[in-house]
Amino acid sequence: MKFPVESSPHVEASSSVAGVMTTVLWALVPGTIAAVWLLGWGVLINVLLAVGAAWLAEAAMLWLRARPFKPALTDRSVLITGWILALCLPNLAPWWLPVVGAVFAVVVAKQLYGGIGYNLFNPAMVGYVVLLVSFPEAMTRWGAPVDGGATSLSLAQAAQWSVFGALPVGMGFDALSQATPLDQWRMVATQGGEVAGAGVSIWQGGGWSLWLNLAFLAGGAWMLWRGAIRWHIPVAMVVGVLVTAGLLWGIDSERFADPLFHLIGGGVIFGALFVATDPVTASTTPRGRLVFGFGIGTLTVLIRSLGNYPDGVAFAVLLMNLAVPLIDYYTRPAVFGRKRQNRDDRPDGKREA
Amino acid sequence: MPEARATISPGLHGFHGGLDLDYHKAPASDRPIGDMPLVDEYVLPLHMHIGAPAIPVVAVGDHVRRGQLLARPDDFISAAIHAPTSGVIQAIEPRGLPHPGGLSAQSLVLAADGEDREAEPLDPWPDYVDKSPVELRSRLREAGIVGLGGAVFPTAVKLATANPGGVETLVLNGAECEPYISCDDRLMQEAPEPIIRGAQMMLHAVGASRCLIGIEDNKPRAIEALQMVLDRLAAEEDERRFAIKVVPSIYPAGGEKQLIRTLTGIEVPRNRHVTDYQLLCLNVGTVANSWHAVVEGRALTERVVTVTGGGVAEPQNFRVRIGTPMAKVIEVAGGYTEGVDRLLMGGPMMGFALHEDEVPVVKATNCLLAMRPVDRDPTPPPQPCIRCSRCSEACPADLLPQQLYWYARARQFERSHDYHLFDCIECGVCSAVCPSHIPLVQYFRHAKTEIWSAERERAKAEHARRRFEFHNERIERQKAEREAALAKKRAAVKAAQEKTAPEKSAQEKSAQEKSAPEKSAPEKSNPETSTPKKPAPESVAEDPTHERADGKASNPASEDASTAALSIEAARARAKARKARVQQGEATVDEAAATRGAGDAATSPGDPS
Repeated sequence: MKFPVESSPHVEASSSVAGVMTTVLWALVPGTIAAVWLLGWGVLINVLLAVGAAWLAEAAMLWLRARPFKPALTDRSVLITGWILALCLPNLAPWWLPVVGAVFAVVVAKQLYGGIGYNLFNPAMVGYVVLLVSFPEAMTRWGAPVDGGATSLSLAQAAQWSVFGALPVGMGFDALSQATPLDQWRMVATQGGEVAGAGVSIWQGGGWSLWLNLAFLAGGAWMLWRGAIRWHIPVAMVVGVLVTAGLLWGIDSERFADPLFHLIGGGVIFGALFVATDPVTASTTPRGRLVFGFGIGTLTVLIRSLGNYPDGVAFAVLLMNLAVPLIDYYTRPAVFGRKRQNRDDRPDGKREA
Repeated sequence: MPEARATISPGLHGFHGGLDLDYHKAPASDRPIGDMPLVDEYVLPLHMHIGAPAIPVVAVGDHVRRGQLLARPDDFISAAIHAPTSGVIQAIEPRGLPHPGGLSAQSLVLAADGEDREAEPLDPWPDYVDKSPVELRSRLREAGIVGLGGAVFPTAVKLATANPGGVETLVLNGAECEPYISCDDRLMQEAPEPIIRGAQMMLHAVGASRCLIGIEDNKPRAIEALQMVLDRLAAEEDERRFAIKVVPSIYPAGGEKQLIRTLTGIEVPRNRHVTDYQLLCLNVGTVANSWHAVVEGRALTERVVTVTGGGVAEPQNFRVRIGTPMAKVIEVAGGYTEGVDRLLMGGPMMGFALHEDEVPVVKATNCLLAMRPVDRDPTPPPQPCIRCSRCSEACPADLLPQQLYWYARARQFERSHDYHLFDCIECGVCSAVCPSHIPLVQYFRHAKTEIWSAERERAKAEHARRRFEFHNERIERQKAEREAALAKKRAAVKAAQEKTAPEKSAQEKSAQEKSAPEKSAPEKSNPETSTPKKPAPESVAEDPTHERADGKASNPASEDASTAALSIEAARARAKARKARVQQGEATVDEAAATRGAGDAATSPGDPS
């Protein structure tokens, strides 16, 4: 009997890219629910717009590049890009903000680099930074937390606001909006005020950012348990934030915010679990991942404290993306039989006592 | 997967990565080893071991008996081949091999007579303790013993590399980590004593003081069987050198270096031998057969083969004579099931797919695995690497497969070297865990092949370059020698000329002056055209015209030719006699050379006349 010949190994595939991505998508759910709960329907509208735009942009680019649709559109990575971008956007953003960001992320940052696996920069963060730089005003349209006592919008009202920029009669934008803790702190800090005494707190409005972070943490724990991400990057990034913020705070606690504020007041937890862990753009070696995460954490705090933008996670991630090839090169693990214990061997092969 | 697990031994060192696979050892591992009935024809490839092919010592038409030597080892690294049964040598011809490339190679074809008569065995050595390591090695060589774990490296050679430095610890490999395979498991369960006895003999042969037996925890019955023998020997003979180490069932725990690392913590690098670390690792089947060879004088003519997978009706282990066609073995295991589309030799991780089943069972055949598509997912098409690093987390050699993959794909083979491509043991773990379904091992094999062939090309080019340089050097040297010899003769002739016929020199000189301006290069080689008898007055390398003029004016020839003074005297008489004729001849040569405008000595020896 004759048989066709194939190369080993001959075992069932244990995982798939789509499977990994699906785990990440599920992990985004608790955080998204919490965000909708805390910040209103605008979050959900952002997510739907960004995911839809990202998916269409991916399809269009595949068509233009004459690439097969099925593998790229079914691996679900583009949904994650859109979703993560949307969660970074202000909850009172106009409709075109998530759309422009998602399209830029997918078209320029992902497809023009060659599609999944080939992009140098995290697409969602590229989209976010482009929006931040191009539309600074629209990017500040943060609405107050729902249970913060401010008036809130229903789903239909939120959609109407997003698409037409129209608010229900008798409702002013100022009544809805509220600066984020980081924005407030930044304002105080740049005006030379004292951070500690200015009433800037992560606990304001019922500590909504704390709850949001807990929901993201739950998703992250699920990804860790499922093996979709490894602990190195998130832990190193948090440590980087705490260490750097602690140092600055220790130097001048009047001027710089405390480490806990840095950890919870912005996108550090979300970024550590969902953004920095993007495998394509992160470091691949265990030690490299620690360096990569720590670098993001440090840069985040430095950008927040010394730079011009309220939050620095996106810039920090992109800067460290740049450094990945270098990090990977210098953190290659020792190969079997070439570790320190073997270097002690004497040339005659006798091991030293 | 059999759920019974033995307790893992404490104090193990483990290894990086690895994979917890579905083992599929049952039902073959639950059934006793069956006997494969005799077949009509056996095919014995002369090259079924590492090293040089064996050399046949029988001729077509010879009657042979079971265990009789058919082919002797050709080299230090080679192995003998013996008749699996009695019969007639029908042919010595190329036959299909179990080989991933579907190659054929010279094989002995034995037509069985069905009587299975035994040849006279080798001298049994029940008291092998009197034998020296060298004698034991030569016995193993005579008996054709090779590593039966799959590597088929001649055991005698392995022991020979161990002896100079001595061996402290013998590691018996009973891990058998590949899914589906259970031949070692069954052997340990059914015949534990020859294994332990064989290990005792090996301890003696290499002077080792202890033996660690590494077995995966998914073989509790094998562990129990061996332990019973050890307990008995401890009680009866005070045998205390053995320890069974139960290792976790993590593929590839049975890789030689992985097992050694797990048991001893020592990592043996790629370019070092296990024996450099006073260790020796042998498969349990190998030591059992070594024991049979030494104590009973039995050559290696059969081995245990696992016939399994969803593609065969009744998976079971069989004791199969070497050379039995695989198709017959499958038949005995109930034949193929519906939809079988792949036949592997070895396990699913490192085994290779066979083109056909008409190839023989060889010494390396530990498993015949027939698979249907449902036994493995139909491999989905590869997708781009997402750099998730699962491959490097799972790599038992601590490599970065995803980086190796980029470099292999980009054909940057130098960088592959930097990332230690050749430390890859091709265990297949990276391919198995890859969520993008990239056939990583295939890329690495390809890259290795490319590097090897590039190195061969380089070696060839280097060889050719050396030969060319040597050739040029030789040509130069010969030319210089010829010129030196000619200069000598010329000087002699010149001296003779000037003494005996100055007026002729004058004539010649004017002729020289006439032709000198338009020739310079040709002159140099002219002397080579002349035979030794013919002087070549105008072809002195530096400036013949000049020298000639000087010679005429002041007669300094004696200076130039001082070394040749003696031959001058001798040549003078001869020169005198032939002067006129020779002068004419020379003139002809000169003109010919000048008009030709090219003085290639090698092409013009016939010109003058």
